[in-house]
Amino acid sequence: MGRALDRAELMTRIPQQEPFRFVDEILEIEEERVLGAYRWRPEADFYRGHFPGNPVTPGVLLVESMAQCGVVPLAVYLSFLELEEADAEKFQTLFTEANVEFSGIVRPGDRVITETRRIYWRRRKLKADVEMRLEDGTVICAGQLAGIGVIR
Amino acid sequence: MEASEIQEQVVKILTPYVKDQQALAKVSLETNILEDLKVNSARLVDVVLAFEDAFDIEIADDDVDEVNTVGDCVRLISEKV
Repeated sequence: MGRALDRAELMTRIPQQEPFRFVDEILEIEEERVLGAYRWRPEADFYRGHFPGNPVTPGVLLVESMAQCGVVPLAVYLSFLELEEADAEKFQTLFTEANVEFSGIVRPGDRVITETRRIYWRRRKLKADVEMRLEDGTVICAGQLAGIGVIR
Repeated sequence: MEASEIQEQVVKILTPYVKDQQALAKVSLETNILEDLKVNSARLVDVVLAFEDAFDIEIADDDVDEVNTVGDCVRLISEKV
């Protein structure tokens, strides 16, 4: 039997780091749900090309951010709940599936909140309903994501 | 429930995840799910959950480790229905 990680430790156990880290904060975490936030840095290099004179955050990065704010920390949290620390640390969650729909755009400087609700957690695989919103509640992207823990 | 009936259901549940349609066309009890049908291993969890729902059974994670072929699925399910 493991232990429940607090939000601060959870942040240190999300493996993605700069320049590919798209989570600032875990706002809430429990076994069925996680809420995470990220502010898109206006200085990010990809805005120069996407698109010149009209910066829009690429959808693929929004999906990555949804995973880093949701599926990844929830899988870490559930692994540490179930397993002893040494065993939980052996696993890294990799993306397996995404089925999402975009309904808005994210500009440089926007802060997004991602809400992730577990559909199932089985054999180290987490599948979840995910919704990303702007701070004013506008839905940007929603759908399902899944990831599976593999030995590092 | 007849084994043939279970097999038919198993194949129906596997079908959306199958990448090799030719292998699916000549599916048998010996057909290997990952190697022949080219089902993504991460999808096995979805397949097992669908078996549980369809047959109203529970499948232990340890049992899943021994499932390789369509026949393995039919045997496992037959023991539980």
